[in-house]
Amino acid sequence: MTRRPYLQKPQRFGWWFRQARYTRYMLREVSSLFIGAYTLVLIVGLYRLSQSQVAYESFLANAMGTFGMLFAIVALCFAIYHTYTWFVVTPKAMPIAIAGKRLPGAAIIAGHWAGFFIASALVWWLAGGN
Amino acid sequence: MASSHKPIVWGLFAAGGTVAAFLMPVLILMTCLAIPLGLLPADFLSYDNLIRIMQNYLTRLIVFGVLVLITWHAAHRLRITAHDFGIRADTAMAILFYNIAMAGTLLLGYALITL
Amino acid sequence: MSERTLELEILRYNPDQDEAPYLQSYEVPYNDDWVVLDAINYVKENLDRTLSYRWSCHMAVCGSCGMLVNGEPSLSCSTFLRDLPNRIRIEPLQNFPIERDLVVVMDDFMTKLSSVKPYIVSKEEKNPDDGEHLQSPAELAQFKQFTACINCLLCYSACPQYGLNEKFVGPAALALAHRYNLDTRDVGRSAREEVVASNPGVWECSFVGACSDVCPKTVDPAAAIQQAKIAATGDYFLNFLMPWKRQ
Repeated sequence: MTRRPYLQKPQRFGWWFRQARYTRYMLREVSSLFIGAYTLVLIVGLYRLSQSQVAYESFLANAMGTFGMLFAIVALCFAIYHTYTWFVVTPKAMPIAIAGKRLPGAAIIAGHWAGFFIASALVWWLAGGN
Repeated sequence: MASSHKPIVWGLFAAGGTVAAFLMPVLILMTCLAIPLGLLPADFLSYDNLIRIMQNYLTRLIVFGVLVLITWHAAHRLRITAHDFGIRADTAMAILFYNIAMAGTLLLGYALITL
Repeated sequence: MSERTLELEILRYNPDQDEAPYLQSYEVPYNDDWVVLDAINYVKENLDRTLSYRWSCHMAVCGSCGMLVNGEPSLSCSTFLRDLPNRIRIEPLQNFPIERDLVVVMDDFMTKLSSVKPYIVSKEEKNPDDGEHLQSPAELAQFKQFTACINCLLCYSACPQYGLNEKFVGPAALALAHRYNLDTRDVGRSAREEVVASNPGVWECSFVGACSDVCPKTVDPAAAIQQAKIAATGDYFLNFLMPWKRQ
């Protein structure tokens, strides 16, 4: 028998919607598109703020318009999905052992969510949101 | 195979991802959705109020740190995602996304200094 | 009494005869306690002696019988017929060249495995008369999980980054490198660095996590690689700031 290995061609496009776990991964990655875009919008907004009141108010009117609202809602959903997926993998990347015993992943994740709500409340309060 | 220089961008990615995980939802809420939802007063995002908030130089520094880290996190992740979508030109993608991040960083720095 | 039968669609490829692989169907009897490997053995013994495939221990310790069962990387000896539908598609592991039928060419993995120096690199040769290495249970616990790898290659099959870039060192090899880096008896971290901390090393991984999903021994290579990334990042900045401290 002669050797003639058959090269299975890997899928370059579309591999990620063939199985649910790969689609979820892609969703997680694409979340950064919306997070990044929203952050750039914030940066532009701060730039407009630094320019003049007129420039800023024109920016704000667009940002709070229908498209701006829809974009913010989508961005918020992706931001929460990013938070969820980030916390889930944190125990894997940083296993913590206390007195020789491995801390269960669920405890680390729960701690992160607690921190999330505390940090959010802190930012809210500091910005004068009350 | 030489040791890679990826740790630099990956460090930014990891730091930015952590910052985004903790702060992005509340940031989006406060900078857009909270007002129509009635959670914040209507003048919260007004010119006068934001100028007042940004008076503090420490606030400006923190805002700079947070937004820059998140920007670089997104830039690095999008570079990887381009590769996942099958785009083989990794160097071109890196140049594209890191330049956008750099532009955002410089713009923000300029804005916060000239506020 | 009508006996339940299953349809096995097995990928066939004979390099002497076939231009490309094709699926061939076989009817096998259903047995409640059979695994996919038993069904394949039935085919070989009773229906088609030309079928080629790897297997050995039949108990998930040798790592030989990895294949795709309905698209999912699985050990055929650990996948029960009772958990599967009536039609079962059996294909060789993805991302590897097909030698023949269900047998894949593993050479790429073997090269990568040896490149990460998967053995203890000691500071100095220890004489058996000097006594044993002493290691506490806590020190063992640090790396024990990563010792369980049976080199079955399911993780390579599941990894989309390996599929997109065959230069990627891959989950199992990197997890094993990490296993030795974590072992207190080993001082080889900088020796492995050239492969592990390179671009096709840990940095090709984007933490999809499919490798850990399919691993039959719960090695969790994804976790190993993330920990290795953090270690590599620490080493990078430490070497930059304090070059005299290289391990």
